[in-house]
Amino acid sequence: MNMALELTGVRKNFGRTEIIRGIDLKIPVGECHAIIGPNGAGKSTIYNLISGKYRVTDGRIHLLGHDITNRQPYEINRMGLSRSFQVTNIFPRMSVFENVRCGVLWVKGCKYSFWQFVDRRRDVQERTAEILASIGLSAKADIPAELLPYADQRALEVGITIACGAQVVLLDEPTSGMSHSETERMVDLIRTISAGRTVVVVEHDMGVVFDLAERISVLVYGEIIASDTPDKIRGNPKVREAYLGSDN
Amino acid sequence: MRLLLSKTGVWIAAAAVILLAPTLFQSGFALSVMGQMGVAIIFALAYNMLLGQGGMLSFGHAVYFGLAGYFSIHYLNLMGEGLVWYFPVSLLPLFGGVVGLFFGVLIGFVSTRRAGTTFAMISLGFSEMATALTLILVAFFNGEEGIQTDRWVGPEPFGITYGPDIQVYYLIGIWCFVAMVAMYALTKTPFGRMSNAVRDNPERAQFVGYNTQRVRWLAFSLSSFFAGLAGALHAINFEHVGFETVGLAQSGFVLFMVFIGGVRHYLGPILGAVLITLLTATLGDLTQAWFLYFGIFFVVMVVFAPGGLAGLIMLHEPVWKTDIRLAQRMILPYMGGLITALIAGFGLIGLIEMIYFVSHKLAGDTDVLLYGFATDVSSIYSWLIYGTIAATGIVLCRKSFPAVRGSWNSAMDDVRERFSA
Repeated sequence: MNMALELTGVRKNFGRTEIIRGIDLKIPVGECHAIIGPNGAGKSTIYNLISGKYRVTDGRIHLLGHDITNRQPYEINRMGLSRSFQVTNIFPRMSVFENVRCGVLWVKGCKYSFWQFVDRRRDVQERTAEILASIGLSAKADIPAELLPYADQRALEVGITIACGAQVVLLDEPTSGMSHSETERMVDLIRTISAGRTVVVVEHDMGVVFDLAERISVLVYGEIIASDTPDKIRGNPKVREAYLGSDN
Repeated sequence: MRLLLSKTGVWIAAAAVILLAPTLFQSGFALSVMGQMGVAIIFALAYNMLLGQGGMLSFGHAVYFGLAGYFSIHYLNLMGEGLVWYFPVSLLPLFGGVVGLFFGVLIGFVSTRRAGTTFAMISLGFSEMATALTLILVAFFNGEEGIQTDRWVGPEPFGITYGPDIQVYYLIGIWCFVAMVAMYALTKTPFGRMSNAVRDNPERAQFVGYNTQRVRWLAFSLSSFFAGLAGALHAINFEHVGFETVGLAQSGFVLFMVFIGGVRHYLGPILGAVLITLLTATLGDLTQAWFLYFGIFFVVMVVFAPGGLAGLIMLHEPVWKTDIRLAQRMILPYMGGLITALIAGFGLIGLIEMIYFVSHKLAGDTDVLLYGFATDVSSIYSWLIYGTIAATGIVLCRKSFPAVRGSWNSAMDDVRERFSA
């Protein structure tokens, strides 16, 4: 089976403190995978290691068969991985349309060009419009992103994340701070974008996790204590004790 | 190209202003000031490619301006001596641009590796280094004297000699227009958009595939090209380049122009360059304390209008885009604000001039010329009169400014209502 992501013996220390303590994780191509764990377990740190924001202390990370260990974030992005952030991370002063277009530019080959007008690139404009439609923000295309309601900003971030054509998408707590109806909309959106992509979700809302994920990995104190289907995770006594609570 | 043409009206107006300005202001002094404005506009727009578009605060951009000036003047001199190939003086700004680009690529490779404070400090370091070099490498920079030239060299196509000031004015005007269009066009390219993206959120820019250092480096290099172009025009205009052109004061001055004009709008640096050049040329004749007024002006703008003059204008964009009639109710409060500010300014300037006079006066001299009247600084009444005017103006401003804000808020409420209706 082809692996979208493969972490082998990954460790991360901050000074003497060991945050990630030897993680082995394989996520096959096309899977929707969730990583859960209590606060401080190291979930966002794993994302930061995979996406190149942090350097790993030890171990290797492979993306679609290529070694991406300690590569720069932009290199990893170009190799097919994109991510969203726990705290909304968009281009606040730009319009909604421009936000998504920034994600489209590199993959459409615009690179650093300063000899062509971006508005004249029909392929870029069309792809941007398509993504805006898929995240339901076409009507708000011209609004500065900072003026969008919170849920729309989160949707926009997902839009930027998928705009760069990544086959592997990491979403960091995409529904945090959302109302019930907003969460439902986000779950639908994640389902839509997971078609043809490998999606990894870090999430605290167990309803969302068990609704979306084909497999779940449970992270506790920098170690994965279980990685299995939702049903088996639910029945795993170690997981119940460590994370879900013995009453669940 | 269509994108540029959509602004045709604006560009035609700009071209017309450049073309017709000498017919309205014909004196040699006016031509000289307008020429300086053209150079300042190019330099300020180039600087804003860094600060406004790319989010890089540089304290050393005059390095590229000045070095291009030195190289251009050397080339002119060598041409005059017949030691190098002839290069049309009309195109010499391109040579200056290439010199600026060369040093921009070189120094930018180091300085753009970091953004924020580190970048600003590195730029400061290079500025000091360049100033030191101008004084150390006397063979090239000729120390504090700088270098002189004669721009009247080589063939004279269509009678263009660059002897008369009007020819130099049009040389600057044409290059200014070309540079304005080119720098505006750059903001509409993938590089221009990503430069804004890196300014706003470098982390996010990395995660859409862009090497933020590469974007900053490119912005820095292109900005240095235009700074070099301006530097060459400066050299041609004055036929002299001195060590001060690469120095911190020159770098601070362009920052000053851009900030006063407004960093967030393309028009900002143009406004700033025109206004500050005009003030620099005229205030010096009116008062010796002109630099103090610049400082006060800068502080007032930073505190009360951080978006600069263009920012103030653009605050009113919703009004003229929605319904210009909304402006009617703003006229009176705005007039009130202006008049009270003028009263306060009148009094404060009087006080500053008297203080300046007292601190610099010759023994026995007690009369200072204020607003055309001889004012006795030894008389308590002079101080009381200007003190009272200043205090009255300030008190009135405290009443009138909230009214200005209130009328603007009310107009904005109307705009919002019309949008939601």
